[in-house]
Amino acid sequence: MRPTLRMLSEPLVEQIIAEGMALLRKPGVRVHNEEARRLLADAGAEVDQARLVARIPERIVLQALETTAREFDLFTLDGCPAVHYGGDQVHFDPGSAALAILDPETNRQRVPVTADFVRLVKLVEQLPQIDAQSTAMVCGDVVPEIGDLYRLYIALNYIRKPIVTGAFRKDTWWIMKEMLTAVAGGEAALAAKPIAVFDVCPSPPLLWSDLTCQNLIDCARAGIPAELVSMPLAGATAPVTLAAAVVQHTAECLSGIVIGQLVRLGAKVVWGGSPAAFDMREGTTPMGDVVTWMIDCAYAQVGKRLGLPTHAYLGMSDAKVIDAQCGMESAGGTLLGALAGINMISGAGMMDFESCQSLEKLVIDAELIGMAKRLVRGIEPRDEPIALSLFEKMGHRADYLAEPHTLKWFAKELYLPSPVIDRATTDGWLRKGATTAAERAADRVRTLVASYQPSPVSQKLRDELRAITTTAAKKFGMPALPPLPDFGLV
Amino acid sequence: MSTELLAKITASLVDGDPDATLDGTRKALAAGIEPLAIIEGGLVPGMRIVGDKYASGEYFLPNLIVSASGMKQAMAVLAPELKARRQELKSAGTVVIGTVRGDIHEIGKSLVATMLSANGFEVHDLGVDVPIDAFVARVKDTGANLVGLSALLTTTMHGQKDVIEALSKAGLRDRVKVMVGGAPVNKKWADDIGADGWAQDAVAAVDLATRLVAH
Repeated sequence: MRPTLRMLSEPLVEQIIAEGMALLRKPGVRVHNEEARRLLADAGAEVDQARLVARIPERIVLQALETTAREFDLFTLDGCPAVHYGGDQVHFDPGSAALAILDPETNRQRVPVTADFVRLVKLVEQLPQIDAQSTAMVCGDVVPEIGDLYRLYIALNYIRKPIVTGAFRKDTWWIMKEMLTAVAGGEAALAAKPIAVFDVCPSPPLLWSDLTCQNLIDCARAGIPAELVSMPLAGATAPVTLAAAVVQHTAECLSGIVIGQLVRLGAKVVWGGSPAAFDMREGTTPMGDVVTWMIDCAYAQVGKRLGLPTHAYLGMSDAKVIDAQCGMESAGGTLLGALAGINMISGAGMMDFESCQSLEKLVIDAELIGMAKRLVRGIEPRDEPIALSLFEKMGHRADYLAEPHTLKWFAKELYLPSPVIDRATTDGWLRKGATTAAERAADRVRTLVASYQPSPVSQKLRDELRAITTTAAKKFGMPALPPLPDFGLV
Repeated sequence: MSTELLAKITASLVDGDPDATLDGTRKALAAGIEPLAIIEGGLVPGMRIVGDKYASGEYFLPNLIVSASGMKQAMAVLAPELKARRQELKSAGTVVIGTVRGDIHEIGKSLVATMLSANGFEVHDLGVDVPIDAFVARVKDTGANLVGLSALLTTTMHGQKDVIEALSKAGLRDRVKVMVGGAPVNKKWADDIGADGWAQDAVAAVDLATRLVAH
């Protein structure tokens, strides 16, 4: 049996869905995108063109829920299914779009550059616990206008795993799509075997900005999956009562599902989010708070009730260095998210309110993720009878270590950590340098990055990606791109 | 009698009961207490206690905001009374505040605006994603002596520098003090871009604003 977390009673889930639908009728959703307003009006929503508010009747929402994709896969660059959105399968990817990196030398944050992100991408390739890549850092060594697409450009030069990404502008989405199309071998191939999913974020409460709504529309039209990242802040931009915050999340996501389906029936749209508690002293948005985890798990349950693929930002910490708080907060969200059966859990490596990536934290988080995946595999009988035959043979003997039964099962039953986790005796630990987890993590980062093997992307394709990105950079006043490590000035 | 009424107003702010603040203010006026005395003897001490309690960790942001709202409602009642007496509340200063271009984060900026307003500043809140020129134009129109620039992203914090430069170019920089804030902003950044000050939260921002305009 898979252990499962349920945060809400069944009647409460039903009421949340009903109230979410009611919010779409009144006060409605603000839609700052003209095409979406037109689509909604054509479908029968009541659109106030002056106030930019769409009131969406329940029948349109129910129709959209009928046709929206209930499951789909993301593929590796060589065409193998790697991530299954749908059901209770759980996958993990690094938290995305960090504006800072925690420098392991100084233990302070700084602006990440190309070489930092390349190291992160290589590291993720080498971490088996992490299922997908993400455009995890915004590099400071290129003009900000290409900040989004430049991340994808770098990643596509190194990855095999599928990638969670997103655009910061309307026009750059098209450039990112051009890159993905080139790598997938055409638009049809990209739609048939998606290698990327785009995060699209409604703004709380109940607002679709022009930019993110256009990204959603363009994804739906191109057959590229989109991940709704609704982010109610309980007590600030959403009600402080958790159930009411989940109602707001439900309404925002339902409106995203509707817009996706109005663009194209069967569009792949994920029920996702990045809600948070609101810290009433600092005015910050703690991602490592128990209430943040609770809202995430609750809305995932709502999404599952509607039969939709799910996503959440979990497993992050608000700590500024790798310390006890960092481990504690990351563990809570990772384990609960896994128990809630959330298909894609974004956040590994992330600290400081979703703003700073740490490669060292990422390898520690990979251990947590390994444990979480073990946890949700649950406890199985394995033998029939479970233990009696074994005890018939062993009696009161304690030497199971020498038993073939142990050899057969230990790797499946036990969790086997990497050297990041210290399991040595005190003497052993002293002999190995009396290191902290962060120090062992730094070692493991070096080892794993060094073990990275180049991806199968051809030189021709690399040239094409570079040409696409250079054209974009030139448009924004940057004549040449920084060199990519390993490939020089290709 | 008048001391008791003023103490009630103070207590209502500390308790976070805006209706009682409004009610107390009306009663004090009816009892013949001068508007200035109500402000200085009832409202200001209340806001000071609330600010102190926030700084000491006893109170949280909702306490601050609710008290500030009580203060604001009371001031709306007192303003016409002051005018009728040809009195003017000595404005602590005139502030133009906003979140800079490209940044739509509202909460921190609004907190600061609310707290400044509750502490006697005339606040012109331009909202979020504010173009550089809008700051300059509003400073010109209002004769503001203080500008507050909020940025929550490292990608948008450069906008604070752009506004400061635009104020210089428009010949307004000598006339206004500029304070900056937001998650990625610190004292070093404020110094680097030629701002006059930086505050880490809304209560500290009020102290900073008060200091800056006193100079």
